[in-house]
Amino acid sequence: MVEVNEKIAIEHGLKSDEYKKICDLLKRTPNITELGVFSAMWNEHCSYKSSRKHLKKLHTKGEQVIQGPGENAGVVDIDDDDAIVFKIESHNHPSFIEPYQGAATGVGGIMRDVFTMGARPIANLNSIHFGSPNHEKTRNLLRGVVKGIGGYGNCIGVPTIAGQTCFDESYNGNILVNAMTLGLVNKNKIFYSKAAGINKPVIYVGSKTGRDGIHGASMASAIFDDKIEEKKPTVQVGDPFTEKLLLEACLELMAGKSIISIQDMGAAGLTSSSIEMASKGDLGIEIDLTKVPCREENMTPYEIMLSESQERMLIVLEEGKENEAKKIFDKWNLDFAVIGKTTDSKNIELFFKNEKVAKIPIDFLAENAPMYDRKWIKAKLPKENKFSKDRFKSLKLGDCLKKILIDPNIADKEWIWNQYDHTVMGDTIQKPGGNAGVVRVHGTNKAVAASIDSSATYCHAHPLTGGKQVVCESWRNMISVGAKPIAITNCLNFGNPEKEKNMGEFVECVEGIAEASKYLNYPVVSGNVSFYNETKDKGIKPTPSIGGVGLLSDYKKMMTMELKNEGNYLFVVGKTEGHLDQSIFARNILSEFNGPPPEINLFNEKQNGMTILNLKNKNLIETCHDVSLGGILTAISKMSIKSGKGIKLFPFESLVNKFEYFFGEDQGRYIIEIKPENLENVKNMLKKDSIHFDKLGLVESDEITYGNDLKIPIEQIKLDYKKWLKEYMVN
Amino acid sequence: MKSSVIIFPGSNCDRDMDVALKKFGFKNQMVWHNDSNIPKSDLIVLPGGFSYGDYLRCGSIAGKSKIIKSVIDFANSGGLVLGICNGFQILTETGLLPGILQQNKYLNFICKNVFVKIKNKENKYFKKIKKEVLELHIAHNEGNYFCSNDELKSIEDNGQIAVTYCDHKGNEDEKNNPNGALKNIAGIFNKDKNILGMMPHPERMIDPFLSGEDGSLFFSNLIESL
Repeated sequence: MVEVNEKIAIEHGLKSDEYKKICDLLKRTPNITELGVFSAMWNEHCSYKSSRKHLKKLHTKGEQVIQGPGENAGVVDIDDDDAIVFKIESHNHPSFIEPYQGAATGVGGIMRDVFTMGARPIANLNSIHFGSPNHEKTRNLLRGVVKGIGGYGNCIGVPTIAGQTCFDESYNGNILVNAMTLGLVNKNKIFYSKAAGINKPVIYVGSKTGRDGIHGASMASAIFDDKIEEKKPTVQVGDPFTEKLLLEACLELMAGKSIISIQDMGAAGLTSSSIEMASKGDLGIEIDLTKVPCREENMTPYEIMLSESQERMLIVLEEGKENEAKKIFDKWNLDFAVIGKTTDSKNIELFFKNEKVAKIPIDFLAENAPMYDRKWIKAKLPKENKFSKDRFKSLKLGDCLKKILIDPNIADKEWIWNQYDHTVMGDTIQKPGGNAGVVRVHGTNKAVAASIDSSATYCHAHPLTGGKQVVCESWRNMISVGAKPIAITNCLNFGNPEKEKNMGEFVECVEGIAEASKYLNYPVVSGNVSFYNETKDKGIKPTPSIGGVGLLSDYKKMMTMELKNEGNYLFVVGKTEGHLDQSIFARNILSEFNGPPPEINLFNEKQNGMTILNLKNKNLIETCHDVSLGGILTAISKMSIKSGKGIKLFPFESLVNKFEYFFGEDQGRYIIEIKPENLENVKNMLKKDSIHFDKLGLVESDEITYGNDLKIPIEQIKLDYKKWLKEYMVN
Repeated sequence: MKSSVIIFPGSNCDRDMDVALKKFGFKNQMVWHNDSNIPKSDLIVLPGGFSYGDYLRCGSIAGKSKIIKSVIDFANSGGLVLGICNGFQILTETGLLPGILQQNKYLNFICKNVFVKIKNKENKYFKKIKKEVLELHIAHNEGNYFCSNDELKSIEDNGQIAVTYCDHKGNEDEKNNPNGALKNIAGIFNKDKNILGMMPHPERMIDPFLSGEDGSLFFSNLIESL
């Protein structure tokens, strides 16, 4: 057996003082298995040691919240006996090393988190960020990640209904793969991870344990260097077929009454799942590692405890229910083994070949895990740019629009989502490419909307504003499909928390998220933190991804962004002030990368959103689309492209110039389509609520026109919008 | 009318098919792959999905599963057997239908709406459908139909081509062939036309809020023809 010392502890990712703390707590030197268990539980990924202090600031409560953060996933009430279980999780580090398996197991892991709670997954989403399209690795990483996400989700038979794909050179050395799953559960039949009762059998089910993914969670808590290729063995390998069997078997077992608690073996495998169940139940746990089904020969206790082999679950059963449960897993051809029991010792005790190989008080691993109050710097709001008239003199609206539509961050992503099965389960009523994905709640009149958003550019420019903005954007996506926003899940992707600037970005983004979600009553119910997204000292832009969930009580009232009929009017709801700093226009056309992001006014945000929902409930609007990246002209172009219908823009009344008006990225805005007969009613309602609006134009012909300044056929912008990604992936 | 949907481990369109069959009046039951008998049925459906993980080759393990002997007996006695997507792959693996389904030409999974032209209405599957072109949905990685020249001649001579990929007007050109299938073939019959295998999923197109409604035409014809 290996002799444990400080050097070995450091190789496990622990700091010197952390190792010293372990020895002090145990009052002895840990053996190698124990050290492995500590390193797995105390790494950033599992212990949230740098983030915990700040995550407490998040707004997590609300009328519809059944379960907030701290469980496998969050749960919200969607009326009747239905509840939605959902969560987002990152799989960034593995996906950069091995894009197919990294992304695939990311999807597999988040689905397990959801069905562990008794829910059948009904929708998947993802947010993926890549380096510059010109970077040598980007194309293959994108191809691999998309194939991995599709390969796993398609096989399980859960539709992938929405997502986002971004490119920025800050991700050259650290791509982001965030996967989100929504599941449907009867709110009286939710399963939790808290164990209860002593001498209850602890059951291992699913795939066999192999040597894959050992120390995956520690790898995810480290920064990358040149030797990153050597880390390939730490990437887990996914088997969606086994997961599909595991899903069906677990749901079958859950229909009965034999489960006390259940936990999937995700990051840090058997270690974290067993410790979490015992810790939440204030119990001890005893495991005989000889009984764990292994795929490879001669696996050591250390390897068994730290393996991150996929598609495995740990269950605490009621006594005497073992045979009944085993029958179900036999039917689905899955391993089933009683590997231990709960105890009242409050220790985790591991046995191997009749020898005790580890004994650690659970407290030491959970509550006594380090918590850091890391130093951070507050970001200053950058100074606004004053763009002189000269800078716009030679510009033409049509040319600018074309340039924006072929920007990788705007261009159509159909090449990606056509590779995801988005219609299986027969309830997808809004496909990817809209404001949000929408699936019906099977067999009811209800539907659930979901979207995923991030705005790293804004967060980078000013983290506090950026954090607020992402939440608002998510909220707007819900409103735009006619759904009442219910709750969010956040995936917080940041650089190295040991650097004050990165830590500051984290703290302020979290504060921004907290403030907006509280004001909008759009609580955070689950989430995940991914730090150390850094390679050779270059960190990513701060990238919190927000997954939003909303409810439509009548799915027939869902809105889409396709223009409906010629002769209808278009309004912009919300005030346009022509904010160009940090916009796509500023970056692509003016080559200006500094300045503050658009300001967030939460009062207006809420008012505007609620009014849109009111208008929809009164059947006064036909179409809705929120205005985001690229401003008004980009938004209406997408509406035109989707429907093949043109728009005649009216002269606008504003002090700003036409570029500022049409490409500015002011927040809290929506474009709505109104039938002529409803025009007065809509105006009156907007005025009554003191909502600012502009009459934007008329649905007409097959061109977008603005006086003599713009005349562009829809067919042409459609080609521009659709071409970039396809051409990029073919070359 | 009674129907049976076979569930293989890894099937994932079994529920969708059950919903569709029931919506159009079938009394449907689900049959587990490890059973040896199929209850009395007027129609057996092999649903889409990834049976046995589609490891080895799509549909190959399902083609050797315990239940499949009963399916073959039922088909050989003239019973109606419908295979959708993975079900089509399984039918070619059992030899009930000629040819094979290879990986898509552009090597990617494809999920989208397509148009298919009905090539033969002298059978129970398409008899009373008035339209010539249907809008259906595909979602597969291995839908690239291929067979030998002799087999092709034989299926053409016997009117065994059921549906082909085309545009909304029925033009069957290469541009509208999503996966590289020989002669744009999207579905075929056996000689007696009681077995149909096709890649498109009619069960995903059964109400106006989904991708479309032409799947309804398929199922309502089926129950009327039986």
